[in-house]
Amino acid sequence: MSRFVCPGCGYVYDEAAGDPREGWPPGTPFDRIDPDWCCPDCGVLEQQDFEPLDQAAGVDAETG
Amino acid sequence: MAVSAPAATVEWRDGKRYLWILGAVIPLIPLAAWGFVEATGWDLFWYFGPVFVFGIIPLIDLLTGLDRNNPPDEVIEALENDRYYRWVTYAFIPMQYVVLVWGAWMLGGATLDVVDKIGLALGLGMVAGIGINTAHELGHKKEQHERWFARVALAQTFYGHFFIEHNRGHHVRVATPEDPASSRVGETVWGFLPRTVWGSLSSAWNLEKRRLARSKQSPWTLKNDVLNAWAMSVVLWGGLMLAFGWAILPFLVIQAAVGIWLLESVNYLEHYGMLRQRVGTPGRERYERVDPSHSWNSNNIGTNVLLYHLQRHSDHHANPTRRYQALRDYKESPVLPTGYAGMIVLTWVPAIWRKVMDPRVLAHFDGDITRANLHPRKRDALIAKYARSEEEANAA
Repeated sequence: MSRFVCPGCGYVYDEAAGDPREGWPPGTPFDRIDPDWCCPDCGVLEQQDFEPLDQAAGVDAETG
Repeated sequence: MAVSAPAATVEWRDGKRYLWILGAVIPLIPLAAWGFVEATGWDLFWYFGPVFVFGIIPLIDLLTGLDRNNPPDEVIEALENDRYYRWVTYAFIPMQYVVLVWGAWMLGGATLDVVDKIGLALGLGMVAGIGINTAHELGHKKEQHERWFARVALAQTFYGHFFIEHNRGHHVRVATPEDPASSRVGETVWGFLPRTVWGSLSSAWNLEKRRLARSKQSPWTLKNDVLNAWAMSVVLWGGLMLAFGWAILPFLVIQAAVGIWLLESVNYLEHYGMLRQRVGTPGRERYERVDPSHSWNSNNIGTNVLLYHLQRHSDHHANPTRRYQALRDYKESPVLPTGYAGMIVLTWVPAIWRKVMDPRVLAHFDGDITRANLHPRKRDALIAKYARSEEEANAA
């Protein structure tokens, strides 16, 4: 299970938890979400703009 | 107050820190009107509300001038986390409700005649409209309780669906022809009002319908944020009518209509003519990302203090969850000639509005009017008009 972050506002989509309020039950894989689904917090960026979180953290750990 | 960031040696003082309290005092306008009537015996003072918003605030903007002060990057986080600022916005709501209940009591009584009552309803409408601005600030936040406060502030105007459409509709489609709340060059405020009111309502309903359909639910449930927000208004208006009589209903309708008109007038001037261009490869085109050039801004300190920096609208659209005290002015943003309050007055006479604003839109797009958001019915006429003026300028 992976996590994806909205680069605009920091909202995190966690595949394990889903976002039931938005209609994504726990366990919904990120790639099953509509590409034009908007970040529920900022409404600026869409699913296709989100970045994998753990990968980004890994890069941070390597460089920092 | 000095906010100091631990990692840097930046010291920055918020000159507006205590001025923000004025925003929470604004709901007292109708009480002030009553005070003036009592003190002078002149019933005309019941009309103090609109005079204050459209006369005194624009005058304050003209006299006090601009405030370009921006918090430096290093203090933004500390500034956002300073809880004082959010309490100032929460304080608005009890003030709003006390004045609404008092106003409904006056409207239900026999001491005022109909002309006075209309004046009082207009004053309550000013508060209602500014209340939508408070709801706007709170509705964008990630904290659940602040989103609930937003709905409470919207109950007075029956405009609870605004909080859904604004965040998930308007912000997504801003400065495109698809957005009902982005006005077009050649569109008057009077033509814009029905389009935005109806368009926003149907969009809010469809957003909630689609959200609930994903988990196989009907839109006819109190989980639908449009319906639960309206339910709050039914309870509020019903309670006021039970307490003070059904005869206050026409005045409740007047104050709600005035509040909605005030809010939608602000929508009209925030993105007038702005247009995001299409980018991407054929077949996978989308609108370019919202940037500071897509919203009109104003640094007039008077209206900015009363509307929680709403006029620093570019930063708000780039960072919608950012709190008002941390919003910044961008040099690349188009700038309105004065604050929102004064600009609303200009919208009343479309010929004056066009004379002031259309040349500014043209200048923003470097003289190419085809890059602006144009009213379809006026498109050809506008292109013909501004192509000609460009030729004249080149010839001169």
